[in-house]
Amino acid sequence: MTSDNDRRRGLLARLRERPAARSRGRRRLGAAVRLFAALMLAGGAYTVFAPGVQAQDNPPLTGAAAEGKALFDVSCVTCHGRNAQGVEGRGPSLVGVGAASVEFQVGTGRMPMARQEAQAQRKPKVFTDEEIRQLGQYVQELGGGPIVPEGDDLHSDANIAAGGELFRINCSQCHAFGGGGGALSSGKYAPSLRPASDRQIYAAMLSGPQNMPVFGDNQITPEQKADIIAYIQETLKHDQDPGGFNLGRYGPSTEGLAIFLVGIVALVFASLWIAGKS
Amino acid sequence: MKRRKFDMAAAPGNAARGLDDRFQVATPLRRLLNKVFPDHWSFLLGEIALFSFVILLLTGVYLTFFFEPAMTEVVYNGSYAPLRGTPMSAAYASSLDLSFDVRGGLIMRQMHHWSALLFMAAIVVHMLRVFFTGAFRKPRETNWIIGSLLFWVGFLAGFTGYSLPDDGLSGTGLRIASAIMLSIPVIGSWVTSSVFGGEFPGDIIISRFFIAHVLLIPGLLIALISVHLGLVFKQKHTQWPGPGRTNGNVVGERMFPRYALKQGGFFMVVFGVVALMGGLFQINPIWLFGPYEAWVVSAASQPDWYVMFLDGSTRLMPAWEIPIPIGDGYVIPPLFWPTVVLPGILVGLSTLYPFLEARHLKDYRSHNLLQRPRDVPARTAVGAMAVSFFVVLTLSGANDVIADKFQISLNAMTWAGRIGLLLVPPLAYYVTYRICLGLQQHDREVLAHGVETGIIRRLPDGRFVEVHQPLSAANGHADGHGALEYVGWVVPKKMNRLGALGPAIRGFFYPIEKPAEAPVSPGHPPVEPRPEREEISSGESRR
Repeated sequence: MTSDNDRRRGLLARLRERPAARSRGRRRLGAAVRLFAALMLAGGAYTVFAPGVQAQDNPPLTGAAAEGKALFDVSCVTCHGRNAQGVEGRGPSLVGVGAASVEFQVGTGRMPMARQEAQAQRKPKVFTDEEIRQLGQYVQELGGGPIVPEGDDLHSDANIAAGGELFRINCSQCHAFGGGGGALSSGKYAPSLRPASDRQIYAAMLSGPQNMPVFGDNQITPEQKADIIAYIQETLKHDQDPGGFNLGRYGPSTEGLAIFLVGIVALVFASLWIAGKS
Repeated sequence: MKRRKFDMAAAPGNAARGLDDRFQVATPLRRLLNKVFPDHWSFLLGEIALFSFVILLLTGVYLTFFFEPAMTEVVYNGSYAPLRGTPMSAAYASSLDLSFDVRGGLIMRQMHHWSALLFMAAIVVHMLRVFFTGAFRKPRETNWIIGSLLFWVGFLAGFTGYSLPDDGLSGTGLRIASAIMLSIPVIGSWVTSSVFGGEFPGDIIISRFFIAHVLLIPGLLIALISVHLGLVFKQKHTQWPGPGRTNGNVVGERMFPRYALKQGGFFMVVFGVVALMGGLFQINPIWLFGPYEAWVVSAASQPDWYVMFLDGSTRLMPAWEIPIPIGDGYVIPPLFWPTVVLPGILVGLSTLYPFLEARHLKDYRSHNLLQRPRDVPARTAVGAMAVSFFVVLTLSGANDVIADKFQISLNAMTWAGRIGLLLVPPLAYYVTYRICLGLQQHDREVLAHGVETGIIRRLPDGRFVEVHQPLSAANGHADGHGALEYVGWVVPKKMNRLGALGPAIRGFFYPIEKPAEAPVSPGHPPVEPRPEREEISSGESRR
């Protein structure tokens, strides 16, 4: 439209109109420059006064964390990626999982994983306690996260009966009434609690490893966690099985097996014996 | 006054005469005590069930002294520390007291539970024996039906007993039972609310189950067992075919004293095994399950083994809901098929089987002689099919435990169960049928050609033949083969069974000094007496 008008008016008219257009353009340019300057000023002021975003990228790692990073870069980086940011399809980001997660996963030998499968298995741990602490420190300094309280004994003075009730409500669905573990879907499973230490159980509740839900401190308070640990450690592990051999505490399925393998077999032999008597 | 001497030897006779003078029992008792029972180990399987039922009654009575069948909420304050202060039902608290505070309570509870499992196991094993030997045929169909009803009544007894302690496991079982009742179309909700006295769990179910468990069901069991045994008396026990045994007689031992003594001893053995299991193996640790609360469901919550096949069928059933657009819409839930329809079909099939078979074979005669399973391949194969069907379902009922402990995916277990349920029974049928035919053929072969001696002879032309010992003397056959007829009993297949090598050493733990005679069989020919065997020595005199 404009170009059609321009052609009709001729060159002079077009030249005459230019100054007006140029002044509007200049005004606009000026506005843009002022806006830009204001933004620069605001941004500059922000960078000066606010804690720098850049500053978090390279925090001075503490000594232990630096050691941990060195270990990480050798053993974990393949799956969890540089700076523990995760690798698509291989391993999740570890930013924010906290030292509790490291303590559980590495401390029970689940990490490093032997291979990618439904779920990492407990196995003899690869790192020493000191190295695990360093790795934990590194992950903690990457992005914070839950930490297991100090000390190896986390359940003294706890209420076992309350712990039992909490255990039955929150844990027995997967770990079974005797803490022996149970199957989940597609090859996943809830492991046996027998080999777990106080700190590992606490860390598991805090970090929700593998398929376990997170039981944060707002869901199960630290006191309740201590109760649950007390129930597991004192009752489930040290129950004397007053009724005799516990058949693995698998419930009625092994009891059914026992009545055939022991009861019926013994009595069939007895009937063979007694019928052969004359 | 002359002191009369007490004659010890005459006392029983005098007492018996006194009894007979008053009650005139000699004639009926003589008939009873002289009743003959055939003897075979497989006839004792039913006795295991009978004896474990007696143990159930004895231990159960003890338990009722201490059990409190109420759902009143109490706070536990017994000696099991990990539950102290926990609110629970009176039933559960008294079960805990039975386990921890009543002297002998735990072993009684455990013996009761083990003998319940044994009762059901023995019923099933006994039933298999009856099935595979054809003992259910006319005239014993009624007893077969009573026997299969005994399984289902025992099933109910077990389930109600399983529910009584009101622990986490039994509550979970009750919840499933209520869901099963709810799944019945049209009447489901009425059935559930009348059984539970309202919404699940209500506060009446334990006392209702208690009276069913200690009075109604045992009463029914005793009635059925009495009729069962009475019919065995009336119709006489079946026996294996053998020398002198016909369809019209019973060869065996008199009820008194031999049979009664043996049975008394066998009761002691059964009691001993149950007591040992009750003392050595922990069963149903209710203190670990905790009191039942609707939100507590443990992993590996299984029913007892005889209910597990229904659990398995439920786990294998795909989630097929059938919506029926009537009124506000109605849905038949998938649970209905594996837990109501399937048991219904199983009850029908098992009770009707004798009639179905008779109709199929057009065999309406009375049979008092048993059949070896191999001689009726079709029936044996059908039985194998039924057993494999049951086993697949039972294993599927425990599929989460199997998946976990053998590190198999639970989904894979479910699919293996689904496919296995369809494939394994026909396969079992085919394999069993072929095995039966093979065994039959081998029997006929031995009858025709004799027993393999293990001696290989080389003929002059260089061929090797194995020497067979014919079972009968040559009678008219040029080749020395006398054709013996198969009469449905064990065919000797080893030389020592013929007496040629001396009988196998008999005895359970210690050899019986005097070797017993080789087992007689109808196909057993009069073998010539074994020559005196000389001691094989090095030749030099020991003296």
